[in-house]
Amino acid sequence: MRQAIIALLSGALFGGGLALSGMMDPSRVRGFLDIAGHWDPTLAFVMGGATLVMAAAWLVQRRMERPIADTGFSLPGTDLIDRRLTLGAVLFGVGWGLAGLCPGPGIASLAVNPVPAGVFVISMVAGMAIFKAVEK
Amino acid sequence: MIGIAAAIMLLGLGRIAGVSGLAARSIGLSDAGPPRIVAMVFIAGLILGALAFQGVTGPIESTYPPSMGWLIAGGLITGFGTRLGSGCTSGHGVCGMSRLSRRSIVAVVTFIGSGMVTVAIVNLAGGGW
Repeated sequence: MRQAIIALLSGALFGGGLALSGMMDPSRVRGFLDIAGHWDPTLAFVMGGATLVMAAAWLVQRRMERPIADTGFSLPGTDLIDRRLTLGAVLFGVGWGLAGLCPGPGIASLAVNPVPAGVFVISMVAGMAIFKAVEK
Repeated sequence: MIGIAAAIMLLGLGRIAGVSGLAARSIGLSDAGPPRIVAMVFIAGLILGALAFQGVTGPIESTYPPSMGWLIAGGLITGFGTRLGSGCTSGHGVCGMSRLSRRSIVAVVTFIGSGMVTVAIVNLAGGGW
């Protein structure tokens, strides 16, 4: 129960933050990626700001033995750089550039812009399901 | 706000607030991550948070691609790519880069680069919007 409340709070703040920052506007995201055209770098400050806050959180995390509502931290490794990582990132960038949406803003837009966001999210889920089906 | 949200996830639940991973977990397409209900609640929160923001400030400005084809193709490739590469803008971008994860830094540079190349190619082909 405590875990669910924390997840709801985190998710809601995340969704509000995406709405505030302009990440839910595909044309603005496209502008951020349009470096050879009408480049709009402002979204870099959104990512930069969030990254700074998180950097502080990582400093706190190092002093904690366990998180507030679980028995231990479950964090991924940081060093493995393989073809899965780079190929996955290349593909994700292509999808991001085509649609102007990444997973967070796509899902966050479901209630606000149900039809286009729904088309994006259903396609994304299909892509995830295809990956699961072909994963070795 | 995004940073605070990710910090709550890390310090509260000990996990990365990576949307692609939590989305896959919430619909049963991934076995990694928190209990499924926790992922489902996070995803619900994401939707409700944006809706609440709109309720307070009025409509969120957004211009979508001119044709559904962009959203379908972009969605499919995004879904596949984020699972293969184990993360998207939130997990690798906000959470990974801030802990100086080499893996995430490589991922972020790669997907921003490939996104820029993609937009440039679409523009050159006359499909810009």
